Amino acid sequence: MKWALHDGWVMTHRELAHLARQPAALILTLLFPVLLVVMFAFVLGGGMTVEGGGDYREYLLPGMFAMTMMFGVESTFQAIATDLNRGVTDRFRSLPMSPAGQVLGRNLADLITSALGLLVMVGCGLAVGWRWHNGLAGALAAVGLLLLLRFAVLWIGVYLGLLSRNPNLLMAVQILVWPIAFLSSALASPADMPSWLGALSAWNPLSATADATRALFGNPGEGQIWKAVAWPLVLVAVFFPLSIRQYRRLSR
Amino acid sequence: MIEANDLRKRYGSNAALDGLDLSVAAGSVHGLLGPNGAGKTTLVRILATLARADHGTATVAGFDVARQPDRVRQAIGLVGQHAAVDEVLSAGQNLVMFGRLCHLTTAHARARAKELLDQFGLADTGGKAVQHFSGGMRRRLDLAAGMLLAPRVLFLDEPTTGLDPRGRAEVWAAVRGLAAQGTTVLLTTQYLDEADQLADRISVIHHGRVVADGTPDELKSRLGDDRLEIRGDPDVLEGVMAAFGPVTVDRDERKVTVSVRDRMAALSAAMRYDVEDVTLRRPTLDEVFLNLTEEGVTA
Repeated sequence: MKWALHDGWVMTHRELAHLARQPAALILTLLFPVLLVVMFAFVLGGGMTVEGGGDYREYLLPGMFAMTMMFGVESTFQAIATDLNRGVTDRFRSLPMSPAGQVLGRNLADLITSALGLLVMVGCGLAVGWRWHNGLAGALAAVGLLLLLRFAVLWIGVYLGLLSRNPNLLMAVQILVWPIAFLSSALASPADMPSWLGALSAWNPLSATADATRALFGNPGEGQIWKAVAWPLVLVAVFFPLSIRQYRRLSR
Repeated sequence: MIEANDLRKRYGSNAALDGLDLSVAAGSVHGLLGPNGAGKTTLVRILATLARADHGTATVAGFDVARQPDRVRQAIGLVGQHAAVDEVLSAGQNLVMFGRLCHLTTAHARARAKELLDQFGLADTGGKAVQHFSGGMRRRLDLAAGMLLAPRVLFLDEPTTGLDPRGRAEVWAAVRGLAAQGTTVLLTTQYLDEADQLADRISVIHHGRVVADGTPDELKSRLGDDRLEIRGDPDVLEGVMAAFGPVTVDRDERKVTVSVRDRMAALSAAMRYDVEDVTLRRPTLDEVFLNLTEEGVTA
């Protein structure tokens, strides 16, 4: 257990060293969601209405926070698949290190990077006029739900990375992520969509987190917090065992 | 130092290992020679605890690879076919990271990294990211990473595949240095000259089984007869062949190779003709290898 924490920290340190050595990549990752905010708030936002009234930017930002968390699946996928592809995972497995440490390091590093991304997005939101209205406690609870979603998609990324072992499939993951992002309440209310698409969007785990954080921030939209807790837990319950099984398969 | 008994491993319908036995003495360099798909990498993965055998047992440094994988991992270093190092980090950062994952203290890991950088001629790479290294430099870093704990057993899986001659020479020198310090090395290769140069003993693997085993010299003498190579005018060579029996003259290369039992008689027979050059030599490992693996196919 002690070694799992120690090894996890060394692996986290490795990922942070990556960020320090590749500042351009980090800045691009952090700025991409900002670019999306600008596009949706200023370019497309004029034509958007919010169900039940309210300011579109106030509606948009929590959705963008949730989307930013979901995009994290791409970086998790790429890191896992690259290590497998290059034989680095085999080297780790041949060392007397704790296997739990590998997983722990991935988790900590991705959550730290995503928390950083969230911080940038909150700054961006404040700059375009978004505010939280339910006090700091509500805002922090919302941040907690967002990081919970990130934790859930982390396991999707781990599983897909272990399954494909091929970092070149990142493009395929990106192509899958976009429809999931759009078919949710992140950018537009499902009530404004054709009924079958709206039903699909309402069931999207991304919608659960976006709506619940809207409620906690006091932004327009309706959400239930239990859904934003339950959905990520369901995802973890599915993808954590799948990932463990796939990891064991490396021994074949 | 390494013992394997009747190892079997199937991937689907393909038997990667089909009853393989191996015994490697402490402090020796043992070469595993075989064509692609012979089972070399599968064997190394099983011995390095990365994969489990379907059948059979193996011990490394006295520990069972299936039952005591953690003890085995303490005793081994693995250098796989990829240069399995972090591309983004520098050489030093890589070694310190792997050292800390081997549970050295940070200070000890730093000191060990510095030692290894000097030993493998990487001290002047400074903070340069590994992705800008040459192939030879990467492999040397890979070797250094495999040497962090001064392992008793080092697995080298095709350590020079894809390297230019200079990179190969660098890796060979590093392997010789390790062997001189008493590390037991299990080296897989498809290059016969590499096994000939580095290994004390060689096991030839074919279709997941050891088809021959011995020192390079023993393997060569298994083919028995020496080779007589005669160069000269192809028409003259046709005449020479009358004395040696039915062998085809290579007209493009202007030479002929025959195996001979009685060296002196063969030499003097050849010298009676007007030829340019006569060479008498032992068979090369290439010839041994082709001979053995063809036997394997027909068996």
